[in-house]
Amino acid sequence: MRSDSDQQHPIGLYLKIWALLFVLSAMSYMVDFYQVQGYLRWALIVILMLLKAGLIMAIFMHLKWERLSLKLVLFIPPIAIALLVLLMAIEGEYTFLNRLGFLSSE
Amino acid sequence: MVNDWAADKETFPMPWGKLMMWIFLLGDTFIFSIFLIGYMKVRISSLAEWPNTSEVFALTISGVHVPLLLIAIMTFVLITSSGTMAMAVNYGYRGNRKRTAQLMLATALLGAAFVGMQAYEWSKLISEGVRPWSNPFGAPQFGSSFFMITGFHGLHVSAGVIYLLIIANHVRRGHYDRKGYAIVEIAGLYWHFVDLVWVFIFAFFYLW
Repeated sequence: MRSDSDQQHPIGLYLKIWALLFVLSAMSYMVDFYQVQGYLRWALIVILMLLKAGLIMAIFMHLKWERLSLKLVLFIPPIAIALLVLLMAIEGEYTFLNRLGFLSSE
Repeated sequence: MVNDWAADKETFPMPWGKLMMWIFLLGDTFIFSIFLIGYMKVRISSLAEWPNTSEVFALTISGVHVPLLLIAIMTFVLITSSGTMAMAVNYGYRGNRKRTAQLMLATALLGAAFVGMQAYEWSKLISEGVRPWSNPFGAPQFGSSFFMITGFHGLHVSAGVIYLLIIANHVRRGHYDRKGYAIVEIAGLYWHFVDLVWVFIFAFFYLW
């Protein structure tokens, strides 16, 4: 039954990834601690977040060793989420501008 | 890939429980995404200033004011629990029953510590006057976003702790020696997912 690439990885691998996640988390905390602002802040937050998420999925959840069929099942549907993010960002800006216009005309 | 789908065999060669856990997690991804998108929408469209999370979640320890400290500690605790869980899965497949149960227990304890800190954070904010409809720091939507997102995540962690304890106990009693240790991996997937969601909440809600 268990054809998924025998999960025999040395424990050291997990310790290394764990340490790496620790460092990445510390770095994202530092972003706030030193009050990095503006685009640099957002860029750092997103990059560190994606690195952490990638490590957790690839190594801890063993996705790296899964077959393409499963990866596609997991990664194609979230495209809809990305689309919703885009739509709601546009919608949010629109609401914001309308509120500004409405409240200033009072 | 084509062969996986076209050949006359199972498309996903894995225990059915594992596949179902992946499907469940995909659904859960959508739920959390919708919460975070809702939060994004109210934050973009709010006229009032959004509260400065760095200050709202700051702690003062023996006179030293440290921003966002509790959240950082919670992040480290959850990542550590993910590490112990990954090792538990590994020992499970090696058939090392005792180690697996111990590591799962450690994972559950770290998860419980996380929930405890979250309870502390909630009561602190509530005592400062944060409500789902208003708060003293700024945009009123802050409260509803905070309670909804962290509450739902905390619920997942709590459920995970109970799930892990049950499985760990079964492992300890040798329940899976015959059936195989895939169940540990399935529980692990759930736990890593909870950690994964926290990565996004930490970035978008607390740091942004």
